[in-house]
Amino acid sequence: MIIVSNLHKSFGSKAVLKGVNLKIYDGESLVILGPSGCGKSVLLKHIIGLMKPDKGQILIDGEDITKLEQTRMDELRMRMGMLFQSAALFDSLNVEDNIAFGINRHTSLSKRAVHHLVSEKLEMVGLPGTNYLMPSELSGGMRKRVGLARAIAMEPEIILYDEPTTGLDPIMTSAIDELHLSLKEKLGVTSIMVTHDMKSAFRVADRVALHYGGQIVEIGSKEEIMNSQNPLVQQFVRGEAQGPMTQL
Amino acid sequence: MYLIKKAKQFLNEVGGMTILFLQTIYWTIRNIRSGKFDVKGLIDQMAHIGVDSVLMVCITGVSVGAVLVVQIGYQFAQMGAQGYVGGVVALAMAREMAPILTSIVVAGRVGSSIAAELGTMKITEQIDALDTLATNPVDYLVVPRFWACTIMLVMLTVLVNVVGMIGGAVVAVYQIDLTLESFTNSVLEWLRVYDLFGGLFKAMVFGAIIAIIGCFKGFTTSGGAEGVGKSTTDSVVVAIMMILAVNYFLTVFISNLNSIIF
Ligand SMILES: Nc1ncnc2c1ncn2[C@@H]1O[C@H](COP(=O)(O)OP(=O)(O)O)[C@@H](O)[C@H]1O
Ligand SMILES: [Mg+2]
Repeated sequence: MIIVSNLHKSFGSKAVLKGVNLKIYDGESLVILGPSGCGKSVLLKHIIGLMKPDKGQILIDGEDITKLEQTRMDELRMRMGMLFQSAALFDSLNVEDNIAFGINRHTSLSKRAVHHLVSEKLEMVGLPGTNYLMPSELSGGMRKRVGLARAIAMEPEIILYDEPTTGLDPIMTSAIDELHLSLKEKLGVTSIMVTHDMKSAFRVADRVALHYGGQIVEIGSKEEIMNSQNPLVQQFVRGEAQGPMTQL
Repeated sequence: MYLIKKAKQFLNEVGGMTILFLQTIYWTIRNIRSGKFDVKGLIDQMAHIGVDSVLMVCITGVSVGAVLVVQIGYQFAQMGAQGYVGGVVALAMAREMAPILTSIVVAGRVGSSIAAELGTMKITEQIDALDTLATNPVDYLVVPRFWACTIMLVMLTVLVNVVGMIGGAVVAVYQIDLTLESFTNSVLEWLRVYDLFGGLFKAMVFGAIIAIIGCFKGFTTSGGAEGVGKSTTDSVVVAIMMILAVNYFLTVFISNLNSIIF
């Protein structure tokens, strides 16, 4: 279980997280919604230990990761995967070496076994046969999918998705969502997904949270969110230009 | 006020660089102990540095060797001191010119490209991605660049010494009318192994400085493509200043050591 409690983070004078509280249960898919720039990516980066909070705790299976030393953090990260909003592929490595990066660093599988594994992951994200392309030869959507293949390559128990379907066509979006669901169902993966895509959110979520103004303002099951009386939630879910979010 | 702010910023940076240097040493020792030192990565980086700078370094070497002989040669010939030309030029090359000029060329060529590469990785979150893949960026990126730069600077300085003296010899023979024999005899008489090694030791330190500054500037890049440009030029300016400052202390150290040993 992941417990985020009272998380605060500022950059200079700009407070981005102002007391985030969140619980993610094992095997659950949590979707975080929220307007651009509200700190969703920053929150994910705290959960995987890339950023240190100014205040607050993040417990993963009871361990406070904000205080872990590097070796222990790395052990935890071996059980986690993150898909970055920008994909963050290594420019100097081809698709296969990108996806196999963790495997090559942390296991001693043979080259053939690695190739086989990579090809399987590429198949899963709908990019078979692209093993030897360089990231610069890929479109934005393809990069995202390679980033996803890299995130799932070590078969992590926890996956963080930062806008996995932004920039993908609707067909690819469904395919990625199905992959997301099948990872959850077949392997019991716990996941946190940040997205703007309502359709995608409601397809994969067990629960949905709304991040706004540096806090989680609402969290609940799909039905609860759909029927929420909170005007912020209503505006965001319906995608209305007028409402409490626009008044700031 | 402005100066105080700048000075503070500079001290902060030196602190950051020192920490990066210590981390690099830590990861090197740790990798050697666990038998995981990335030899292939090191060789790749060395080849990269070699290809990038060998031509420019050779041109610089030949040109400086030749110019030194012209400058010193005529003067010494007028005073009837032809026999010293080779020796003086060789000493100047080995002790100062070769290590300093090589490292300035390499700072411009290699230091800047390290800063640009790591800076781009930083702003495109590739450095974060390394962390999420349980890979320490200092271990993966800095260690091979640091040792490659250190080793290559020594090798390139040897090369500059050699091509510089060849350039000098050619000029001495065809322009100053010295015989090749008197030039080489003079070199062999005056130049000691200590001078050569002193120069190579400097080159090693300068290589380390270039790599650490390039990596530090890369890692601390922010603000998009513009930020990468700034880190790149900063890395060259700071590295050259640092090299010139450190050179003074190294020179004092080497010559004091000389008087203790001999
Ligand atoms: N490393 C950083 N340094 C300074 N400011 C940052 C940094 N990362 C994010 N921010 C700021 O934090 C805010 C939230 O960013 P982000 O989490 O990326 O938003 P989003 O919710 O769209 O993912 C933005 O205003 C951004 O400028
Ligand atoms: Mg984001």
